[in-house]
Amino acid sequence: MKIALFIPCYIDQFYPQVGIATLELLESLGCTVHFPEGQTCCGQPMANTGCERDAIPTYEHYVETFSSYDYVVTPSGSCAYHVRKHYDIIEQTPEVQHLRQRTLDLSEFLLDVLEVEQLNARFPAKVGLHQSCHGLRGLRLGPGSERNLDAPSALHTLLSMVDGVEIAELARADECCGFGGTFAINEPDISAKMGKDRIADHARAGVEVITAGDMSCLMHLEGILRRQGSPIQVKHIAEILNSKA
Amino acid sequence: MKEHATKAAAFIKDEARTDWHDESLWFVRSRRDKAAHGIPEWEQLRELASQIKDHTLSHLDEYLEAFEAKAIENGVTVHWAADAAAHNRIVHGILQEHNARRIVKSKSMLTEECGLNEYLEAQGIEVVDTDLGERIIQLKEEPPSHIVMPAIHLKKEEVGELFHQKLQTRKGATDPQYLTEAARQHLRQSFLEADAAITGVNFAIAETGGVVVCTNEGNADMGTHLAPLQIHCMGIEKILPKAEHLGVFTRLLARSATGQPSTIFTSHHHKAKDGGAMHIVIVDNGRTTQLGRPDFRNSLKCIRCGACMNTCPIYRRSGGHSYDSTVPGPIGSILTPGIDLKKYSGLPFASTLCGSCSDVCPVKIDIHEQLYKWRQIIAEEGLLPTAKKQSMVMAGKVLSRPGWYKAAGKSARWVTRWLPRPLIYTPLNTWGKARELPEAPKESFQEWYRKNRSAS
Repeated sequence: MKIALFIPCYIDQFYPQVGIATLELLESLGCTVHFPEGQTCCGQPMANTGCERDAIPTYEHYVETFSSYDYVVTPSGSCAYHVRKHYDIIEQTPEVQHLRQRTLDLSEFLLDVLEVEQLNARFPAKVGLHQSCHGLRGLRLGPGSERNLDAPSALHTLLSMVDGVEIAELARADECCGFGGTFAINEPDISAKMGKDRIADHARAGVEVITAGDMSCLMHLEGILRRQGSPIQVKHIAEILNSKA
Repeated sequence: MKEHATKAAAFIKDEARTDWHDESLWFVRSRRDKAAHGIPEWEQLRELASQIKDHTLSHLDEYLEAFEAKAIENGVTVHWAADAAAHNRIVHGILQEHNARRIVKSKSMLTEECGLNEYLEAQGIEVVDTDLGERIIQLKEEPPSHIVMPAIHLKKEEVGELFHQKLQTRKGATDPQYLTEAARQHLRQSFLEADAAITGVNFAIAETGGVVVCTNEGNADMGTHLAPLQIHCMGIEKILPKAEHLGVFTRLLARSATGQPSTIFTSHHHKAKDGGAMHIVIVDNGRTTQLGRPDFRNSLKCIRCGACMNTCPIYRRSGGHSYDSTVPGPIGSILTPGIDLKKYSGLPFASTLCGSCSDVCPVKIDIHEQLYKWRQIIAEEGLLPTAKKQSMVMAGKVLSRPGWYKAAGKSARWVTRWLPRPLIYTPLNTWGKARELPEAPKESFQEWYRKNRSAS
């Protein structure tokens, strides 16, 4: 099984520890993971702004970089969703079709491919789980509070394998944090207000660490937390799953 | 383009009021969840409703003609209006024919869309909206901010003050029961004196030629029962093939809208009362154009429950008026660009694409995916602000070239690490208005990987 690691652009540049945790976690589970040189981005920033045509060269670069692998694993539900959902505007070559099936969020790879049932991880803290929208409603990593379905939430399942984690009960289980890519810049007031409201929900629940499957949501929430001088930390779920503390 | 952001920013300035608005609508969303989760077959119902609507839309011409034939057979007069102007002219013509000067109207987003009230008032005809929320905003001379709860943006204190001025209620009165009773007494007179009643239509059944009107206040029934002339205005998309399909939708509608098992009144109108007259006006007003757009046609499945507004985290924090569109919120943001792309080019961007709207939608409209698709069209048509478009062209170049990407990443990290704070947190940096930028690490993951793993 040839596994490639895709580290999204903003994680590569600003949150290398998330890439390291993802890599170490996969290695500790016995996987041989390759990190193809020259990888950049899935193209979502342009496409979500309406400029998917400007994203085509980036899509093509992604396909060229990753098509020789059986699986592409990424610590981002949002980027995985983008490849699977929105790479429909380029020619559907066998390589493109393959990548649209085999680009997986880390949690999907752990649960559906590796069929992980236990982890050797310890993280003693009260954790608030932020359900990032593209993972939840795009990749269907959980049922979502809107739908009347009895399905497990992938991130809950994984967190419950970590010794010491206490998952906080939130008033609003899966409301959007307000990041939304360029939305955060184009509608800064609403975006920040949504983030503040999410943080208040976590704070009321006594959360020490907010975690999520997407670092982009956490980058936004962290930006607000730091401005507020709040002691609440953010950590990508890979960091918690890879934690031995 | 920036319109929604500007209006939203103004709305949000009053944070306590924003929180109140958000909580009020979240309460309705929570009631909807409870009702939806109380029905084990909820998801199958949504699927069934979606399929019935898909089927109907793909045979719309046949069902509309069948509906018309049956309605005529029932003795109803049927009119066809190509657009808002034709609709208003037709309604006015019917009123003139019957010499009707005083009209009571129950809630209808279609007549709102067509601007019927203003049109009739200009002809010297009195129109009284009889839905409580509609009456409140009519007295306040404001457009509705929500399609099911038109005055949801107003607090009871504001309604008390308005009623004090317009209906002579006690100054400072805020008791909802007292205020509602005052509105009832005031409206009763209008019902008794009305020459004609106009209603919207929730469903029109091709098989029977009848229309179905759902209300909680019984105001549509008061109007149509008392006035000799009844006029029902409907968009072409309101058709259902058979009466047996109706139950699927009545089960979904009230639960999605307010969390009620059904609306208090579900009234079926098939023919005129003895000595009365019944007219149905069927309106296109851009709907066939939308039907002709493969990516957007299924927006016409909408049954106007408002659930997408109640769940939308942006709507809840920016208010319905920030959309400047008859139908606001997520569904409005995919319907109105189809009417005037230039004017409404900002609306598809008033979303994080979180997808909650699509998942609450009782007829499974892929709202957030249509928002994404409108964005592509808006950019293609050159309606993005220049700076935004240029930054995306540049991003597209950088992110498809590993060398450029590395250099750009390095300089972005250098800038955030070393540039003095005032140079970074400028008014142009909208991210930094309420948020810190991420702390830039010394090395990227790629740099770390080369040092630590590249041998393997």
